[in-house]
Amino acid sequence: MAWRDSRGSRRQLALFLSAMVVGVAALVAISSFGSNLRKVVDREAKTLLGADLMLESGRPFGSAMEAAIDSMGGTQARLVSFPSMAWFPAGRHSRLMTVRAVEGAFPFYGALETTPADAANRWLADGGALVDRAVMDLFDAQPGDSVRIGRRFYPIAGRIDKMPGENQMMSLFSPRIYIPAAQLDSTLLSRGSQAEYALAFRFDDGRDIEALVERMGPRLREEEVRYDTVAEIREGWDEGLTNLYRFLNVIAFVAVLLGGIGVAGAVHAYVRRRLAMIAVLRCLGAGVWRTCAVYALQTLAMGLASSAAGAALGIGVQALVPLALQDFLPVTVPFSISWGSLGAGMALGVGAAVAFALFPLVSVRRVSPLLALRASVENGLSGLKDPLWWGALGIVAAGIAAFAIGNAPSPGVGLGYAAGLAAGFLALLSTAKSVVWATRRFFPSGWSYIWRQGLANLFRPDNQTTMLVLSLGLGAFAIGTLFGVQRTLLGQLELSEALRLPNMVLFDIQSDEIDPVTDMVQAQGLPVLDSIPIVTMRLASVNGRAVRAMQEDSTATWAHRREYRVTYRDHLTESEKVAAGEFIGAADPNDPRAPVSLDEDIARELEVGVGDSLAFDVQGQLIPARVASLREVEWRRIGANFYVVFPTGVLEETPRFHVLLSRTETADAASGLQRAVADGYPSVSIIDLSLVLSTFDAIFSSVSFVVRFMASFSILTGIIVLVGAVVVSRAQRRRESVLLKTLGASRSEVLRIMTVEYFFLGFFAALTGLSLSFAAVWAFAAFLFDAPFRPDIVAALALLVAVPLLTIATGLVNSRGIYRRSPLEVLRAET
Amino acid sequence: MTPILSVRHLAKTYRSGDRSLTVLCDVSFDLHPGETCAVAGPSGSGKTTLLGLCAGLDRATSGSVDLSGRRLGNLSEDALARLRNREVGFIFQTFQLIPTLTALENVMVPAELRGEKGARKRASELLDQVGLGERMSHYPAQLSGGEQQRVSIARAFANRPAMLFADEPTGNLDAETGATIEELMFDLNETAGATLLLVTHNHELARRAGRIIRLRGGRVVSDSRAKAEPALP
Ligand SMILES: Nc1ncnc2c1ncn2[C@@H]1O[C@H](COP(=O)(O)OP(=O)(O)OP(=O)(O)O)[C@@H](O)[C@H]1O
Ligand SMILES: [Mg+2]
Repeated sequence: MAWRDSRGSRRQLALFLSAMVVGVAALVAISSFGSNLRKVVDREAKTLLGADLMLESGRPFGSAMEAAIDSMGGTQARLVSFPSMAWFPAGRHSRLMTVRAVEGAFPFYGALETTPADAANRWLADGGALVDRAVMDLFDAQPGDSVRIGRRFYPIAGRIDKMPGENQMMSLFSPRIYIPAAQLDSTLLSRGSQAEYALAFRFDDGRDIEALVERMGPRLREEEVRYDTVAEIREGWDEGLTNLYRFLNVIAFVAVLLGGIGVAGAVHAYVRRRLAMIAVLRCLGAGVWRTCAVYALQTLAMGLASSAAGAALGIGVQALVPLALQDFLPVTVPFSISWGSLGAGMALGVGAAVAFALFPLVSVRRVSPLLALRASVENGLSGLKDPLWWGALGIVAAGIAAFAIGNAPSPGVGLGYAAGLAAGFLALLSTAKSVVWATRRFFPSGWSYIWRQGLANLFRPDNQTTMLVLSLGLGAFAIGTLFGVQRTLLGQLELSEALRLPNMVLFDIQSDEIDPVTDMVQAQGLPVLDSIPIVTMRLASVNGRAVRAMQEDSTATWAHRREYRVTYRDHLTESEKVAAGEFIGAADPNDPRAPVSLDEDIARELEVGVGDSLAFDVQGQLIPARVASLREVEWRRIGANFYVVFPTGVLEETPRFHVLLSRTETADAASGLQRAVADGYPSVSIIDLSLVLSTFDAIFSSVSFVVRFMASFSILTGIIVLVGAVVVSRAQRRRESVLLKTLGASRSEVLRIMTVEYFFLGFFAALTGLSLSFAAVWAFAAFLFDAPFRPDIVAALALLVAVPLLTIATGLVNSRGIYRRSPLEVLRAET
Repeated sequence: MTPILSVRHLAKTYRSGDRSLTVLCDVSFDLHPGETCAVAGPSGSGKTTLLGLCAGLDRATSGSVDLSGRRLGNLSEDALARLRNREVGFIFQTFQLIPTLTALENVMVPAELRGEKGARKRASELLDQVGLGERMSHYPAQLSGGEQQRVSIARAFANRPAMLFADEPTGNLDAETGATIEELMFDLNETAGATLLLVTHNHELARRAGRIIRLRGGRVVSDSRAKAEPALP
C-alpha cells in the first residue's frame, strides 16, 4: 500500500532525497576518515615524535642534567633549533628559516624522505644541509648548491620531501633547514636567546617511559626542562585532530540538516498532493493512524534508501578528504572503510529523515474528511496550534542538541553549537518570514504587471519562499562568512601597506652592529623608520614574592613564567595610550625601582596595578621595578609592541639587541637590502613583511579550501532542495502559465513573470544569508580577531548576482517547454 | 456584414502512435457580430476541440479559422495570445481560475496583461455585477463552484471581448445555480454586445441561443436558427 501510493511522484521524491544522500555522504566521509586518522595517529605516534622521549629546554642542558642524561642511556640524538637567515649564494636569495642542527641518527622512527633519495642517509656524514621543499622550489636551488647559515657554508645534500612529525603548515610558517650540529657556526648560539635545545632518546629495552619521566619530574622542573613522550604527543595530536574533525563534522551535520529540510519538503509536497486522497480514504472510514502510518512507513523506507546511498557515496568521497586536508596532516591516511562511521551516518540520516518528516506527518492526522468535498486554502497543514507539531519540533531539537554535544569537547560547548545552529536557522527563518511580510506590506503597486505578479508569487498560497530562502540563504551565509573572515584578516595586513608602515624588519642586531647597520640601510636609500633596543628578561618576583616559589605552589601563570622582550624609551608610540598612572620616560637615578609601564592585559594576568613592585632577571642580574603606568596597546597594529616598557637610563648597559624597521617600495629594493644584510651581517635576520602577507594568504587559502570543501556539501544540498522545490511546483506552474497564455499572455511575459519571481527569491535569499554573514564576520572581527570589521563587498555583490542567476537558471531550465504546450491539451488534462 | 468568426473546412486529427483519430472533419460556418450560437452534440463529438480551435488554443490539421478578420493559422503563438487578449473571452466548464490569485486578481489579469489602467476598478465593478462584491479577496479554493464560475465569467468580460466562447459553463453546477449563471452570462452578453459561441447539453440554454450547430462524430449534422428568434442578417 505504501509503495503503491508513492507511484507518480517517485522522481520528485528521489530528487528531494538526494539532498539527504549528499548530507549523509558528507557525514560518513568525514567521520570514516576521522576514525581512520585516529587509528593511524595512534599507530604512528612514535613517528610523530621521531623518538621514545624528547627533553627540551630554552638553554643548554646544565652539567647536572647532562650527568642524568648520561645515566639514562639508550640511543641519543641532539637537536638545536633556532631561527636564522639562510643565504643561497647561487641565486643570491636569503630567507629566514628555522635551523635544526642535528647530532645523531634523528629521527629514530619514521622515514625521512628526500630528493635525491640517498641524501637522507648521507647528509650527516657528508656535512650537507637538507632544505625545505618550498624554499628549494622558490629559489630554484639544486642539490650541490651551497647555503650559508651564519658564517658557514654547507652543500645542499637534498630537499626534504617528508619529515616525520612535520606538516606543510609548519613549513609555511617557518621553513626548515637541517644541518649537522658538528658543522654549526657556534657564534649563532652564543648570543641567540631563541635557541631550543632538544635531546631525543630511543630505548630498545622496552622500559616504562611514563615511570621514567615521573621519576625525573622534579629535576626536570628544576632545570626548566620540558619533556615529550609518545603518549603525550599522541594525546596532543589526537586532541588537535579530534577538534578539527569535530569542526568538520559539525559542518557536515549542517548538510544533513538541510537534507532533513529537503525530506520535510518532499513529504510535505507529497502529502499535500494526496490531501484529497487522504480525505477520501478518511471518508471511506480509514483511521487517522492508519493513514499516518502509510506515510511514516514510506518516509522510513525513503530515509533508509537515501541514507544507504549517501553512505555508499560517502565512502567514495572519503578518498577525497585527504586531498583537502593534506597540508594539515602529519601522517598519510590510507583508505579504509570504517563500519562504525557508516552505521552512525546511516542512523543519523534515517533519524533526520523521520524526525523532519514528522512535521508534515502530524498534520496528516488533522486532515478533515471534509477536504474531499471542498479544498481549503490552508489545506490543514499549518501546525502551530497542534501539540504534536511542537512534539516533533522537540524531537528535532533534542536530536540536534544530542549530536552537537556528542561532537563538542564539552556539553556546554555542544549546547553552544546547538544554540548557534538554532539561532542561525531561526535568524534565516525569521528573515525569510519578514521578507514575505515586508513584500506584502510595502507592495509596490506602481510597478508594471509582470514585476508585481512575479513579486507577489513570493507570498501567494503554496509559495516555497521560506524553504528556498532557508536553503539558499544558508549557502550564501556560509560563503559570505568565509570570504568576509578572509578579507578581515588580510585587510589588517593590507592596512599596514596602505598606511606606509614598515615592511622590512631587521632583528638580532647586536649593540656593536646597530650603527653600521643603520648606515648601511641609509646608504641603500632606505629610511630607518624605527630602531628599537630589546632586552630579554624574566620575571623574578612580584611584590616581593619569588616567581620560583609561586611556580612551586602553582600560583604562577604563563605571564609569570614567560620570557619578556622589553624595550626602553622616553615616549609612547602611536599605538599606545596610558590607561592608568603616569608614563615616566626617564628614570630618576636616585629611584631604586625603575618606573616601568605594563600592558593592561598582562597586568591583569599578573594581578598587579600601578604602584606594585616587580623584579626582573636579566641574565642573572636583578633589576627592581615598580609599575608606574598601565598602557592600552593596539596589538593588531603592525609594529613593535611590548608588554613591558622601561624608561631610559636603566637598561643601557645590559646585553641587548636591536630591531630596525624600514620600508622598501619595490621588490628590487627589498632583495637588495636582503643581499646587503646577508653579505655584511650574517647574524642579522631580516623579515620581509610582504612575504609574511603572502605566507598568510597561503595559509588562509589552505584553511579556506578545507572549509569550502565542507561547505560545498551544504551548498550542494541547498541547490538540490532548490531544484526539488522548483520541480514540485512545476505542475502548478504549468497550469498557471497555460491559463495566462489563454488569457493572452505572450511567451516572453510568462517567462518574465517566472524570472522575476525566481530573481526575487534568489535575491532575498542571498540578501538574508549575506546580512547574517556580515553579522557573523563582524562578531568574528570584534570578538575573535580584534580587528576592524571589513566585509568583503566584492564577494557579497558577486553572491548577490550569482545566487539569483543560479535560481533563475534552475527555475527556467525546469520550466522549459511550459509555454510550448497547446493550452487546450493542458486545460483538458486538468479536468 | 463581414462575419466575426469564419470557419472553413476545419479538420483536426490526433495521432497517437501509428493510429490517427479524426476528431473534427470538414466543419464550416460563419458567425456574425452579435450572434449567439450554441454547439450541441454527444460527448466526444468534438465540441471542446472546435471551440479550442476557434479561440486559437490549438492548431488545426487543415482548414482555416478567421477571427476578427485575422487568419489564426498564420499567427505566431504570441500573436495568437495578443489576439485572445484583445478579442476573446473564454469560460470553461471547470472554471480554470488561477489558484494563487484572489478573485479580484483573477479578473484583473486580462486587463493587466493588456497594460490597461484602471484594471482594478473595472474588475471590482464586474465582480459586483456578478454578485461577488463581498468576496473579492478570496482565493478560488475558498469559493463554491457557482461562485468560481461567476468569477470566471467576470474575467471573460474583463477586456470587453468581441467574441466570447463558453464550454459547458454550467456543466459542473446544479440546475438552479446553472440557470442563474446562464442568466448572468446572457445578460452580460446582451449589454456587452459580444458574439457568443456556447457549448451546451442543455436544451433550454441551446434554445435561448439564436442558432444551434449540431455535431456528431466530428461533423456538422445540422445548423439551424431557432424560430422564436428573429433571423439575423
Ligand atoms: N490529445 C488528444 N489525443 C487524442 N485524442 C483526443 C485528444 N484530445 C481529444 N481527443 C479525442 O477527441 C474527441 C473529441 O473530444 P472533445 O473534448 O472535443 O469532445 P466533446 O464533444 O467536448 O465531449 P464532451 O461533451 O464529453 O466534453 C474525443 O474522442 C477525445 O477522446
Ligand atoms: Mg467537452
